[in-house]
Amino acid sequence: MARAGDVDFKTKLQHWIPKVVLSPSLALVLLFVYGFILFTVYLSFTDSRILPSYGWVGLENYSKLWRLSHWETSLKNLGVYAVLYISISTVVGLTLAIFLDQKIRGEGILRPIYLYPMALSFIVTGTAWKWFLDPGIGLEHTMHLWGWESFEFNWIKDRDFAIYTVVIAAVWQSSGFVMAMFLAGLRGIDSEIMKAAQIDGASNWNLYRRIVIPLLRPAFLSAFVILSHLAIKSYDLVIALTGGGPGRATELPATFMYSYTFTRNQMGIGASSAVIMLMTIAAIMIPYLYAELKEDK
Amino acid sequence: MMSAAQSQSVRTGRITRTFIYVFLLVASLFYLLPFFIMLVNSVKPLSEITGGNMMALPQVFTLEPWAAAWSSAQVGVEPTGLRPYFWNSIKMVVPAVFISTVLGALNGYILTKWRFRGDTILFGLMLFSCFIPFQIVLIPMARILGILGLSGSTYGLILVHVVYGIGFSTLYFRNYYAAFPTELVRAAQIDGAGFFQIFRRIMLPSSGPIIVVCVIWQFTNIWNDFLFGASFASGSGAPMTVALNNLVQSSTGVKEYNVHFAGAILAALPTLLVYIVAGRFFVRGLMAGSVKG
Repeated sequence: MARAGDVDFKTKLQHWIPKVVLSPSLALVLLFVYGFILFTVYLSFTDSRILPSYGWVGLENYSKLWRLSHWETSLKNLGVYAVLYISISTVVGLTLAIFLDQKIRGEGILRPIYLYPMALSFIVTGTAWKWFLDPGIGLEHTMHLWGWESFEFNWIKDRDFAIYTVVIAAVWQSSGFVMAMFLAGLRGIDSEIMKAAQIDGASNWNLYRRIVIPLLRPAFLSAFVILSHLAIKSYDLVIALTGGGPGRATELPATFMYSYTFTRNQMGIGASSAVIMLMTIAAIMIPYLYAELKEDK
Repeated sequence: MMSAAQSQSVRTGRITRTFIYVFLLVASLFYLLPFFIMLVNSVKPLSEITGGNMMALPQVFTLEPWAAAWSSAQVGVEPTGLRPYFWNSIKMVVPAVFISTVLGALNGYILTKWRFRGDTILFGLMLFSCFIPFQIVLIPMARILGILGLSGSTYGLILVHVVYGIGFSTLYFRNYYAAFPTELVRAAQIDGAGFFQIFRRIMLPSSGPIIVVCVIWQFTNIWNDFLFGASFASGSGAPMTVALNNLVQSSTGVKEYNVHFAGAILAALPTLLVYIVAGRFFVRGLMAGSVKG
């Protein structure tokens, strides 16, 4: 009898161990992610300035936020940046992937060259491009030395064009990764389908346009989701490349949130901008993750 | 995945092929250029940059900018060079990667081999935490670190990176273990093996590849982090990325471009080395970021 009880206890213990082992991680995530999200949401409804305080002000921070020209600029910049960054990275990545997939000699050398920027910190990328694009010592200066006196490239100092330099550096950093995603997609396509199309006399252009690219739909979706969430989170690159300037020409919501919360002592407004960033990302990620997990079951 | 043979034999004419090769080569120049500029200008005296051509090879080769960036350049207020911050990053990365990988392995094991009601929802919660904009947690995190007395310290950053690394490490191990035959686990259970025994004797020995992927991913992400470092440890406890940014932004007086470039390469070196040694796994890690991989 005693032995049976023993076994029973052991089975019960075995039953509970997984949950016990999982619980610290779960507790950390619930507290530090979801608890913190709730706290920040709460702060966005309070009169917090330099420190959190708990005087309820309703939607005042949000209405203030949407009246700030600084916020409007950040959103417009994000719009320009995100659209260009996502579309150019996708086009460049897809082109490189399709070209690399043509039995290219030296593919093993080219592929890592396209991809290595992804291993670098945005601060490193920002530093490199900051000085390369600097008209005083970088590309413009070099062109002048090479005899092209009229060459002008001062986007990084120009309010109307500085945001495009952020796009250039960001595309440099992540297009190789998009290439890798598409290349994996291309290598997964059944070669019989391609052969059949070729026997039917389809031109290369039509083969890719009508058959291959539609088959890459999942890769397009993944690339879009990853790139858009990276775009909304972009912070380091702007700080290292332009510091948000000149003026506010490259301010993004992420830099806006940081400066309102920690340097301008408008924590309530900072929190409300963070909530809007979260909701934007959630609108993209949740349907995607939901579909992925459902499929998994 | 990447090493698989070409998927098709598209016939291309000579002109098309030439165009493709030219395009690929020009593209590779675009990707190499910034690194080339960092490298050549980090071994030039400053006068050759300000008075000369950024694309040119050095006329006088010098390692002084490297020495300055490492041990004597002005970072913030102190002329310490980047060395102390490099060690800060190492002290932060090693424990954070280790802890988050161990937790991720256990979580992945539980979520695939010890399933229970509601486990998919829990996994979904963990997964979503990978993608949140970290701005949403900055304010409460700063409070909590203050309360715990961890503000400005490496320990605080370890905690932060473990917490926000669990999502990805769990994702990696869960997807990997999902393909591991559950019958083996059940058979071991019938033979009387317990939870940890199965993990140690059956799961771990076949987890090599995913451990490499997870470690590389976490290492790269944590080493390259700037936002948390700048928010919670901007003083002498700052990690490498924050120090590099201070070096580049704060130089009053003469801008020592060559020192900045040397510093940038120093900050990039650990992750670049990882990429060169284990690039294949690095790619796999990136791809798993698109959830299924």
